Amino acid sequence: MSNDAAVKDLLFRMADDDLIIAHRNSEWTGLGPIMEEDIAFSSIAQDKLGHSLALYTLLQGLGEAEPDTTAFTRDEAQFRCCHLVEYPIGGYDFSLMRHFLFDMADMLRFEMLESSSFEPLAKLAAKVRGEIKYHVFHAATWVEQLGAKGNEESHARMQSSLNQVYPLALGIFEPSQYEAELAAAGIFAGEAALQEKWAAAVAPILERSNLRIPSVADPSPAYGGRRGYHTEHLQPMLTEMTEVFRIDPTASW
Amino acid sequence: MDDLSHIWEALKDVKDPEIPTVSLVDLGVITSVSVDDENVVHVTMTPTFVGCPAMEYMRNEVVERLERMEFSGVDVRMNFDIPWSSNRITDEGRAALATFGLAPPVAYEGVLELEVLNNVACPLCGGHNTTLRSPFGPTLCRSIHYCNSCGQAFEGFKPL
Repeated sequence: MSNDAAVKDLLFRMADDDLIIAHRNSEWTGLGPIMEEDIAFSSIAQDKLGHSLALYTLLQGLGEAEPDTTAFTRDEAQFRCCHLVEYPIGGYDFSLMRHFLFDMADMLRFEMLESSSFEPLAKLAAKVRGEIKYHVFHAATWVEQLGAKGNEESHARMQSSLNQVYPLALGIFEPSQYEAELAAAGIFAGEAALQEKWAAAVAPILERSNLRIPSVADPSPAYGGRRGYHTEHLQPMLTEMTEVFRIDPTASW
Repeated sequence: MDDLSHIWEALKDVKDPEIPTVSLVDLGVITSVSVDDENVVHVTMTPTFVGCPAMEYMRNEVVERLERMEFSGVDVRMNFDIPWSSNRITDEGRAALATFGLAPPVAYEGVLELEVLNNVACPLCGGHNTTLRSPFGPTLCRSIHYCNSCGQAFEGFKPL
C-alpha cells in the first residue's frame, strides 16, 4: 500500500492518545469521588487500553514492532499523543472535562473512519464506536449534572475546568503533513473536518450545562504533540508506566 | 456440505468465565465454524468488548474443547470482521443471563439510544420503574441499576 507512512502516522496518533489517556484514567482507580465513578474511570481505562492494543496491532500489520514493544520501549519524542491526554488527573472536575472533550472527538473520529478505505481500520471503527458511545454518554451526563443541576461550587469548578481544558482539547486536531494524502485516498477526511464536527457536538451539551466556551486567542493551541514535542508531564508518566516492563520484558502475570 | 452441528453443540460447553450460565455460542461471539479437507477445524470469534480481558481466556477454552474432538488440527482466530453486538445474543442466552441475575440487553433496531438504560426491566421483580446508577459495572459488559419497585440494586448486560 502506497499510503503506509500516512496511515501509520494516523494510527500512532490514535493509539498513543488511547494508551496515555487509559493510563491517566486508571490513576482514578481507588480514588474516585464515589464508587460508581471509580468504576467508571477504571472501566473506560480498560476500554481505551483495548483500543490502543487493537491500533498497535494494526501498526504491527504495517511492519511496526509487536504492540508491547511499541507501547513500552519508545521514548517521549517517538510518541504522537496530544498534550491534552498527558496532563496529570488533577481534580475530578479536570478529569471529567478532559474525558468529555476527548471522548467526543474519539467517538466522532471512529465514526468518520467507519467508511475509511483502509479496511482494517474501518472494521475496528465499526466495532469500537459503540463502546465509546458509552464513554460520551457517561461524560455528558456528569458534565450536565455538575454544570446545570449541581450547586454554585460545582458550576464554578466545571467552568474553570472548561477554561483550562478547552484550549488543550484543540490540540487533538493538530494537522499532520499527511492531511491531503489521507483525504485523497479516502482514508480519513482530516483533522479540520473532525474539529468542525466536534465543535458542533460539544457546544449544545455545554450550553445545556450552563457552561461558556472560552475564547481561545492562540491560533495553534497546545500543538506539538503530534510531532513529538510534549509537555513536561509525559516522560515521568512513561517512566512509571514502563517500569515493570523495563525490569523484566519477558514477565507475564 | 458437512453437518457442523456437532461442533456448535460442543462449543455450547464453553461458558463465559464471568457469567457461567451463558455459553459462548449463545453469547454470539462465535461467528464461524468450518472443517477443511485436512480435517482441521477453523473457528472465528468476535470480541464482545475490544478491551475485555477475558477474550484470550475464552479463546483458549474454545481451543481446549475442540482439541478433545477428532480433528487433526485446531485453528481459532479472533477478528472484527463481524462486529459483536448484543443483538447477537440468542434467546437462550438472554434467558441464561436472567438466570444469573443480569438484566438482558434491550434489543434494538438501527441506532442504539443509550437512554433505554434508564428503564431496564428489573431481573428480580420484573418492574420497569428503575434508575440507571452507572453505565459501567464490575466488568466492561455490565451496567449498574436500581429498582425503585423492589428496592434492590441489580446489574444489566449492556446493549451494544
